[in-house]
Amino acid sequence: MSFSRTYGNLQDQDRIFTNLYRDGDPFIDGALKRGDWHKTKDIVLNGDDWIIDQIKASGLRGRGGAGFPSGLKYSFMPKVSDGRPSYLVINADESEPGTCKDREIMRHDPHKLIEGALCVGVSMRAKAAYIYIRGEFWYEYNCLERAISEAYERGLIGKNACGTGYDFDVHVVHGAGAYICGEETGLIESLEGKQGKPRMKPPFPANAGLYGCPTTVTNVETVAVCPTILRRTPEWFASFGRKNNAGTKLFAVSGHVNNPGVFEEEMSIPLRELIEKHCGGVTGGWDNLKAIIPGGSSVPLLPKRICDDVLMDFDALRDVRSGLGTAAVIVMDKSTDVIAAIHRLSKFYAHESCGQCTPCREGTSWMEDMLGRMRKGNADFAEIDMLEELSYQIEGHTICALGDAAAWPVQGLIRHFRHEMEDRIEDYKAENPERGQRAKVSHLPEHH
Amino acid sequence: MFSQRTIFNKLMKTKMPTSLIKTPARAFSGGFYNHRSAEDNVEETPFEFTEENYKEIKRILNKFPENYKQSGIIHLCFLAQKQNNNFLTLSAMNKVAKILEVPPISVYEVTSFYTMFNREPVGKYHLQVCATTPCMLRGAYDIMDTIKEKTGIKHLMETSKDGLFTLQEVECLGACANAPMMQVNNEWFYEDLTPENTALLLERMRQGEGFEPGPQIPERKNAEGPQGRTTLTNVEHVFHERDFKAAKEEWEAAKAEQAAKQ
Repeated sequence: MSFSRTYGNLQDQDRIFTNLYRDGDPFIDGALKRGDWHKTKDIVLNGDDWIIDQIKASGLRGRGGAGFPSGLKYSFMPKVSDGRPSYLVINADESEPGTCKDREIMRHDPHKLIEGALCVGVSMRAKAAYIYIRGEFWYEYNCLERAISEAYERGLIGKNACGTGYDFDVHVVHGAGAYICGEETGLIESLEGKQGKPRMKPPFPANAGLYGCPTTVTNVETVAVCPTILRRTPEWFASFGRKNNAGTKLFAVSGHVNNPGVFEEEMSIPLRELIEKHCGGVTGGWDNLKAIIPGGSSVPLLPKRICDDVLMDFDALRDVRSGLGTAAVIVMDKSTDVIAAIHRLSKFYAHESCGQCTPCREGTSWMEDMLGRMRKGNADFAEIDMLEELSYQIEGHTICALGDAAAWPVQGLIRHFRHEMEDRIEDYKAENPERGQRAKVSHLPEHH
Repeated sequence: MFSQRTIFNKLMKTKMPTSLIKTPARAFSGGFYNHRSAEDNVEETPFEFTEENYKEIKRILNKFPENYKQSGIIHLCFLAQKQNNNFLTLSAMNKVAKILEVPPISVYEVTSFYTMFNREPVGKYHLQVCATTPCMLRGAYDIMDTIKEKTGIKHLMETSKDGLFTLQEVECLGACANAPMMQVNNEWFYEDLTPENTALLLERMRQGEGFEPGPQIPERKNAEGPQGRTTLTNVEHVFHERDFKAAKEEWEAAKAEQAAKQ
C-alpha cells in the first residue's frame, strides 16, 4: 500500500462510461462516435488466452458484489468442449437496494455491454451470451433489444462476428421481479423458465449451468469495462486504485445527500471525499451524518466515526467488517431512525427469500418481526442478543448468499447501534410500566 | 394487503363452504399463491393472443434452444398480461402452457413465484411504489400517503372506486439515486417524487394525458445530481489506438520466456 498517493481525482479522459448522462445518442451512431466497436476484430483475433491474461493483468474484480477476480473466473471454463456449448450469462438483475449503476449502462451505453459480451464470450469460447435483465427494467430491456438488433444488422455479432469467423449470438431475456434471480444459479433457473430457486453447488455453473452446459455468470459492469481495458491496456486500468483493488468504478449514492446520483470514480477514493465532492455533502453537513451503508443493502452499515476516513475499496471496507458490494452508498443523516431503516431491509429480505432453506425462510421473517417490535421498543433487552444469535443461525446455513445478506445488516445494526436499541426499549418500558422492568441480561455467548 | 372482507366476498362468490375460509398465513404484495376463481377468471374465460403477439412469440422463442421452449414462460406470460389490461388470467396461463408444450403447472409455479404477475385484476394505472430503505429515507411512505389520500385507496393492492388506480408497495426497483420513485403498469419509471408532483401526476393520469415518465423535478434529466453534475463536464471522444498484433507478440514472447525458465 502506498501512502504517498491519494485516490479519487479521476479525470474525464479516464472515464470509461462517457455517456452516463445521455449527452449523446445511446445507440449505434453515438456508440461508434464514442469509440465503441473500434478494432474489435483485432481483439477477437488475438484469441481467448490473450484476452484472459489481459483481464487478469488489469486486476479487474467482479463488480456485482463478491469482488472475485474476473480473469480467474473466466479461466474456469472448459478449454475443450465435450460436445456441449458454453454460455456466457450476464447478470443484469440489478435488485440490490441502493444499486442503480447497471441501469445507466444499459439505457445509455448499451453497446459497451454488447461489445463486452463478445470479448468476454470469445475469452471463454462461448457460443452465445444471454443478458438476463430484471423485469422492472422495461425501458432498459427495450434499449438493449434495439442495440442488439443494430449490432446484428452491422454484422458486429451473429454469424462471423466483426468479420472474424467467430459465431456469437447475444440475446436479452427479462425476469419478472424476484431479487433472488440475481444469485447466479437462481438466475440460471429463471432463464430456464422455472422458479428462481438457487441450486446446490457443486456442480458449479462452469461445469453444468444453463441447460446443463458450462456457463459463467457475470455482472454487467464487469463485462462492459472489458473492451476499454483491452483497448487502453491493462496497465492503464491497473494504475487506478490501490493494489488488488484496481480500476474505476461506478458509484451510486442515494439517501440523505444534497446531490444524489450515479458517477464514475477511481477505486479507493475516501468515502468522505466521494460524498462531499460529488454529492454536495450530507444534508446538514458532515457532522449531521449518522451512518452509511457503503455497498448496497447486504453489507453492514458503518457509523460516522468509521466513515470519517475509510477508503472505498474491497479490502479497506472488509477490514472494517463491511464490504464494497456493488458500491451503492446509502447515506443516513441524524434524522434517520436507523432501527426502522434496517427493519425495512429485513422486510425486504423476508419478502424476497425464495423459501427453499428453512433458516432463511423462517429466520428472515422472525428478524422482521423482532425488529418491527424493537422499532417501537416493545422488546426485552435479552432479545437483542437473541436477534444476533438468530442472525448467526441463518448466516452460512443456506444454499445461497441471501441468508448471509439478510443477516449482515442486522449484525451491523447491533454492532454499532446497540445503545440506541437499548434506549428505545428503556423508553418504551418507562412509558408502559405495566410491562415490568427487567434487568439487562446477556446470557448468550460472544461471537467475535 | 387484502382486507378480511374482500377475501370473504371473493370467496363467497366462488360458493365455497364457509368452514374452508381462512386468511392465508402470509399474503405477499403480489397476492395469493393459489388460484381463486372469480367471475372473470375461470378456466373457461376466453383468451387468445393477437396476431402481432404471435409474431413476437415466434421472435422470442428464437432466443432459446429448440428443446428448451420452457424458457419462454416469463416472456409469454408477460405478453399475455399486457394484452389483457395487466391481468393474467388462468386461461391465459393455460394458453401459454399449450404454446410452449409444457404442463400447465410449470406455468402456474412461475407466475406465483414472481411478483410482477397480477393474478388479480388491477386498475388502469397500477402504481408500484418502491418503499425499500433508500426510497424510504427520502419519503416513499409520504408518497404512498399522498396516493391514498388523492385516490381514496385505503389498503395496499386495493383498486380505487373509479377503477383507475391500484396501489402496490414493491421492493427496490433499482433507481435509488432518483428516490423516491414508482413504476406504472410494469413499464415507465416516475422518479424524484414529492407529495406535490405525485398529486399532479395522479391528476394528469385521471385526465389521461401529460404524465411524462422520468424524473419529475425540473432540475434533473437522468441520474446526474439535481445540483448539477461533477463528472463528464468536458468529454472528448478519443479513439484509443493500440497495436494488437504487437501486444500479442509481446505476450507470446513473455510466455515463451516463462516456459523456458521452467
